[in-house]
Amino acid sequence: MTKNKREPLIHITKRVNIPIWFPLVVHAAALLLALLACAVLTLVMTGENPLSLLNSIINGSFGSSRKIWVMLQNTAMLLCVSLAVTPAFRMRFWNIGAEGQTLIACLASAACMILLRDVLPNWAIIVCMAAASMLAGAVWGLIPAVFKAKWGTNETLFTLMMNYIATQLVAFFCVVWESPKGSGQIGIINQRTELGWLPVIGGQRYLLNVIVVGLICVAMHFYLRYSKHGFEISVVGESVKTAHYVGIKVEKVIIRTMLLSGAVCGIAGFLLVGSTNHTLTTTLVNGRGFTAVMVSWLAKFSPFWMIMISMLLVVLERGAGEISTKFGLNQSYSDMLTGIILFFIIGSEFFIMYRVHFRKPGDKEGKLNV
Amino acid sequence: MKKVLALLVALALCLSCTAVFADGVAKENIKIGFIFLHDENSTYDLNFLNAAKEACEKLGVAYVLKTNIPEGQECYETAAELIEDEGCNIIFADSFGHESFMIQAAKEYPEVQFCHATGTRAHTEGLANYHNAFASIYEGRFLAGVAAGMKLNEMIEKGEFTAEEAKMGYVGAYPYAEVKSGYTSFFLGARYICPTVTMEVTFTNSWYDEALEKEGATKLINDGCKLISQHADSMGAPTACEVAGVPDVSYNGSTVAACPNTFIISSRINWEPYFEYMVNCVMNGEAIAADWTGTIATGSVELSELNEQAAAAGTAEKIAEVKAALEDGSLKVYDINTFTVNGAKLESYLADVDDMGDYVPETEVVTDGYFHESEYRSAPYFDVDIDGITMLGA
Repeated sequence: MTKNKREPLIHITKRVNIPIWFPLVVHAAALLLALLACAVLTLVMTGENPLSLLNSIINGSFGSSRKIWVMLQNTAMLLCVSLAVTPAFRMRFWNIGAEGQTLIACLASAACMILLRDVLPNWAIIVCMAAASMLAGAVWGLIPAVFKAKWGTNETLFTLMMNYIATQLVAFFCVVWESPKGSGQIGIINQRTELGWLPVIGGQRYLLNVIVVGLICVAMHFYLRYSKHGFEISVVGESVKTAHYVGIKVEKVIIRTMLLSGAVCGIAGFLLVGSTNHTLTTTLVNGRGFTAVMVSWLAKFSPFWMIMISMLLVVLERGAGEISTKFGLNQSYSDMLTGIILFFIIGSEFFIMYRVHFRKPGDKEGKLNV
Repeated sequence: MKKVLALLVALALCLSCTAVFADGVAKENIKIGFIFLHDENSTYDLNFLNAAKEACEKLGVAYVLKTNIPEGQECYETAAELIEDEGCNIIFADSFGHESFMIQAAKEYPEVQFCHATGTRAHTEGLANYHNAFASIYEGRFLAGVAAGMKLNEMIEKGEFTAEEAKMGYVGAYPYAEVKSGYTSFFLGARYICPTVTMEVTFTNSWYDEALEKEGATKLINDGCKLISQHADSMGAPTACEVAGVPDVSYNGSTVAACPNTFIISSRINWEPYFEYMVNCVMNGEAIAADWTGTIATGSVELSELNEQAAAAGTAEKIAEVKAALEDGSLKVYDINTFTVNGAKLESYLADVDDMGDYVPETEVVTDGYFHESEYRSAPYFDVDIDGITMLGA
């Protein structure tokens, strides 16, 4: 039998018992390789020193205290949306509608700032903004969840479509509230009165966002790991049949979890409008809803790993922007670099899950070396 | 004699004092940070990018270019970063939506000069270091319209269509004053030459959307428009014209390289004179005007080279003639005798010049028989819908 069996040059087996440090090492190696590939590409295409490239990436996020704060703010916002999608993901509910859930919350916040500015005192406006944002985000999550729970619709498509509805609604209200007429621009809302602007604490514009998201991160960790809800989510994610068997109401869990996901997106939208931007545009969420899917996935749904992954992605993005300014390259170049890095990191997932075996030299007909 | 001498000494002292005390910034210490909405793929931003490089290299001052900065908090962040980390003492932003974020930064950094193209709020905001700039581009568009009118007349003479069928199409970005002022002046320029012309306008509601602009131009061509012009920033409309073989009057600069058979002429604002002006002000310690309007005379309003292949014969001579009339004031673009609104002459018009976000017009802008555009502030405020122009989908 063994005589006729040729062993292939390469064969792949699934890894069992992956040690906890292993994914970290593989990711780090992938990142190094990605940077190397970027360095080679930059050297070949522009003739710039690869080390100065690396230096620019670091400078883009850590070059001054201002840059560090901007980086922390961007990390916090990406993390917030990533945390929002995570409970649903653990349940194997593929919510790719975080972009729309956040944007509709931005719309709710902006609406409160504009419509209530002559009606309510500042603190009441802020309370309304927070409540309206979370409600709007939750409703945007609830709709696909109800359809999934009751009629088994495909949640991926449904949540995706809800993004476009949110974008169009925001585009519509940009025209309703535009200034000057016809420009399609809202500009900074309440710039003179600062009504509905969240307070700046400790003299740092973005400290509030970082603290709020930090608290959500800790809370999410405990919710997923130690609460009964968190356990139910895991069971539903593992197997709907098991969940039924142990008496978990799957429909209820799906709806409740999506309400939570949407509400956390709502907080992200509230912070984006009330604390950071004070305006409303269709591009305010800036793709974070989609990047969050990757963050959550790469972090294996662990809130604390998400801090690292979202920071890494933000640093890379800002670094790529810094490179394009410093070396006079077009934004497309920084997109290329980000693409290369993501390709390596996502590709490395394969090597975490599987082991690649090479045929030993001269061992053409040997037994499979499993 | 003594008195004269004393007077001279006093005068000399005064002069030297002003020389010492006028707190100008030495050329070596000037650094300009430029903020652009898009990059060189947008004809609008490319026009600014080229002028920025040209002005800075001519004057020998340092500069940093930041492209693809959205109209949001990123604009403020970029301005702050340019000041604190790059040491810039002049910040310039090129897009209308950057304005409120520039103002936010201007309040925070009073020692830095902020200059913003196309904005409307410098004269009402009352900040000493925040300034708007624009140009009387409606004059340039009027001249480009003359080239369009010449082309239409030529096509009518050749019998390609009748005078009554002379219809132009216009792809605009947003339906607000800057765009309306632009297409109206273009239309009036064309009608100055070809009296039977009408025009259809379609809006993309975006400053840069190549697919939508192309679609808009194609729709207009299918609708029977014989000539296209645009005020949106991609190559969408010019390339649609080249594909369909319909003549195009472009904007922001020549598109002849991509459209050799259909490109006629393009008007553009040359920003180089303004950049020089703002640097000179800072060097000499002088205040930059809250509203600066470039003109044909300052070299800010320019026409590209005429593409003889597509333009009608005698266009260059006609443009020169009309340009001279505009310059000596004998011809006004918005002469109220040349257009009607709902069939009536526009004897009086209140414009929303003090743009406070209340949409309440307050300034009378029609006097001496014409609409005074870009005189009470640099950004256009002509937002009248005149007869002869049809807005699609409105």
